Amino acid sequence: MSTEATVILDGVGIKRALTRIAHEILERNKGVTDLVLVGIRTGGIHLARELASRLEEIEGVKIPVGSVDITLYRDDIKTQAAHLPVGKTEIPFSTEGKRVVLVDDVLFTGRTIRAAMDAMMDHGRPQYIQLAVLIDRGHRELPIRADFVGRNVPTSRKENIQVRFDSGDHPVEVFLEKN
Amino acid sequence: MVFKHKDILGLQDLTAEEIELLLNTADNMKEISKREIKKVPTLRGKTVVNLFYEPSTRTRTSFEIAAKRLSADTLNISASTSAVQKGETLSDTARNIEAMKPDIIVMRHAISGSHHYLAKRVSYSVINAGDGAHEHPSQGLLDMMTMREKLGTLKGLKVAIVGDIAHSRVARSNIYGLTKMGARVFLAGPPTLIPPGVERLGNVTVCNRMRDAVEDADVIMMLRIQLERQGKTLLPTMREYSRFFGLSRDVVKLAKPGVLVMHPGPMNRGVEICSDVADGADSVILEQVENGVAVRMSMLYHVSGGGPTE
Repeated sequence: MSTEATVILDGVGIKRALTRIAHEILERNKGVTDLVLVGIRTGGIHLARELASRLEEIEGVKIPVGSVDITLYRDDIKTQAAHLPVGKTEIPFSTEGKRVVLVDDVLFTGRTIRAAMDAMMDHGRPQYIQLAVLIDRGHRELPIRADFVGRNVPTSRKENIQVRFDSGDHPVEVFLEKN
Repeated sequence: MVFKHKDILGLQDLTAEEIELLLNTADNMKEISKREIKKVPTLRGKTVVNLFYEPSTRTRTSFEIAAKRLSADTLNISASTSAVQKGETLSDTARNIEAMKPDIIVMRHAISGSHHYLAKRVSYSVINAGDGAHEHPSQGLLDMMTMREKLGTLKGLKVAIVGDIAHSRVARSNIYGLTKMGARVFLAGPPTLIPPGVERLGNVTVCNRMRDAVEDADVIMMLRIQLERQGKTLLPTMREYSRFFGLSRDVVKLAKPGVLVMHPGPMNRGVEICSDVADGADSVILEQVENGVAVRMSMLYHVSGGGPTE
């Protein structure tokens, strides 16, 4: 199988996109009151931290960041040949009545987001949940859309999009692989 | 790393990597029991049967809670209230249960090896919840989880296991598991209760005196004297046993500061362990019970992936 990788967003582009999303989050929610970020393992957690540090720069307030692992909520669990390792879910604050922004790196079928929302509901009843993603590549299989998008990238199903992070978990680039 | 076994019959059959996977999953599942809604949908539609031929409170309850937190349906059969009383064989009971299409059976049986016998004959997964004096893998795993959680690693730990080693499936599972994970195991107990050749199971040292095992230990694991299993001739008196092999505060002082005092329960207070030690600052006995639920969730999760029942 030959793979060909194209960089579709570089480090500077990612930074600009995240800064814009941070402003949009503040605008839509009219500030940071009751705002919490929850990243979906593992790429989403790194991006949620990046967003939190931008929000802090802008508003001067620390935003709580949690992480959610969706392995136990997957809808393909019955067809897995062997069950996947389970990651840690860490939400060290109450989400009751909070404005939750779920963060993921790539939005594809929407199945991960469905699982993450179910997981969030088991932790309490938020006021609402919004979704922020760095890349929306289309091909939705569920009625789910993102509230904040870094970049829309039309793809074919055979292609693969990945966000690469450096050793300090900072996003470096987004590349597209054609298989 | 994926878990490929249909059954978990003992820690003897697992590699260090598989044990580590089970422990990592358990670590990450522990959080579920602290949520407002203590349930995940993972094993929806699966049926877990608890088949207990021996009395048990902790293990049976713990397996049942674990299965329920994963959304499986559970039912309990205890030998004292079942057709076993009417003389049904294990094989017949197992095949009758199989006809009702369960996915996992958690069994405790007084005869060592009965789980191996069963696992070869049925299509569903078999988890050993204790077979005679052979293995009790979920206990071994929860003990290791507790040690790893409190001390960071299992590698290089000195673990003293004291008491009735001969009749203890807890000791055997811990010996297999701990030595695979790089810990050193020191056993102490009356010579009549130390099985000959036990050193061959791994990095195991047998001590004649309790203090040799406990000195500088990171963990002291006390075992229950199993009055129901042994003949009357193995110990002169309980009082004498308690004097030489009971865990008192003075004995705990020989170990490393911050030593973990463990006991698989049920405890005979005043025999193998003094109450002030069992309830003292070094005791992690209730943490063991708490971790038991997470470890059993991990076991149920991993055996239900793949295998012939899928």
